[in-house]
Amino acid sequence: MNQDPLWTIFIGACLINNFVLAYFLGICPFLGVSGKIATASRMGAAVTFVMLVSSVCAFGIQILLTQIGAPYLKLISFIAVIASTVQLVEMFVKKMSPALFRALGIFLPLITTNCAILGLALFQTNKGYGIAQCLVYALGAGAGFTLALVLMAGLRERLELVRVPDVVQGTALTLMVAGILSVIFMGFAGLGG
Amino acid sequence: MTTAGSQSDPRTTDEFIKGLWRDNPVFVQVLGMCPVLAVTNTARNALAMGLATMFVLVMSNIVVSSIRNFIPKQVRIATFILVIATFVTIVDYVIQAISLDLHKALGAFISLIVVNCVILGRAEAFASKNKIVPSALDGLGMGLGFTFALLCLGVVRELLGSGAIFGVHVFPDRYQDWVIMILPSGGFFTLGAWLLVFNAIKKRKANAAGTAKEAA
Repeated sequence: MNQDPLWTIFIGACLINNFVLAYFLGICPFLGVSGKIATASRMGAAVTFVMLVSSVCAFGIQILLTQIGAPYLKLISFIAVIASTVQLVEMFVKKMSPALFRALGIFLPLITTNCAILGLALFQTNKGYGIAQCLVYALGAGAGFTLALVLMAGLRERLELVRVPDVVQGTALTLMVAGILSVIFMGFAGLGG
Repeated sequence: MTTAGSQSDPRTTDEFIKGLWRDNPVFVQVLGMCPVLAVTNTARNALAMGLATMFVLVMSNIVVSSIRNFIPKQVRIATFILVIATFVTIVDYVIQAISLDLHKALGAFISLIVVNCVILGRAEAFASKNKIVPSALDGLGMGLGFTFALLCLGVVRELLGSGAIFGVHVFPDRYQDWVIMILPSGGFFTLGAWLLVFNAIKKRKANAAGTAKEAA
């Protein structure tokens, strides 16, 4: 069993090993939904929720699979759980806020194929976290994802008003900005030991 | 939805070629970014990742295409994901058996092939509507295009980051390594630069076509 203290796990997942900027997980929504701060923060909240639920489920599944001795089913059962959670969130958002549902568009069902979530489930089992550690890890990863998304959205809102050369516009520019953000996040290394 | 088998034969070579260049999954469609950025710190990792993805892509395309008429429309995405997850599990165990070092270097990213949008995208957009042979060729073409893109990044990053290609040193000893190219931010910069190159080529072609039209 892993003995890392909870606050180290949180800081680690949120800042030092930020899922987007250090592990390259969840790049698609990072590039796709980071146009506006409002949409970005809600997307972050949705992803964090799915992360929390799937993290708990993955913890249960891992115990069950070890019991019946079928570790090769890990990947398939994780992805099935994540897909159903996303379906749940999708129905919830559609009912509660149709405007947000439209704003998120195709990226809402695509949370299923967001590698950040499957990555989280795999990492936590590799690290052998307990249930409390899993929850904090999911919370930290979600917070880190939201932070990266909102930072990026803020930068892109400003970039809208700036004149940039034609060739650089679009994804190339976003990637360059993401690179600089990633350099900045490297500064957090060593925080929390 | 199922306009099965409406593809004619002469187009099969086209299915193969398009993934390599015109519809290159990484540079043109900007799909499957996560592994592209994460495992391209050396050319060897990039090649291994590309081949693994290609295998999964071809196999899942074949299977999806052969069962396309039996899958109810509502559960098709779930079915595709399960098919893909099965093949990824196989690849995961095979790589572990062949080279433990490689398995360690690629880490969780082998399992994460499951959520590579390129694979699900091809299953949904192509294999679920076409016969087996074109689907296999489509998977092969897209897989090669993906591998090509990964190699483009891997070679540049390894060359600048540690002065070597495939572990063989090419630069003289006094070359100062650009450590940042190996680090995560280097991935963003390199991919950004490659997209820039592709944009420039596209722009130039468009301009040339425009001037040719004006002249005519």
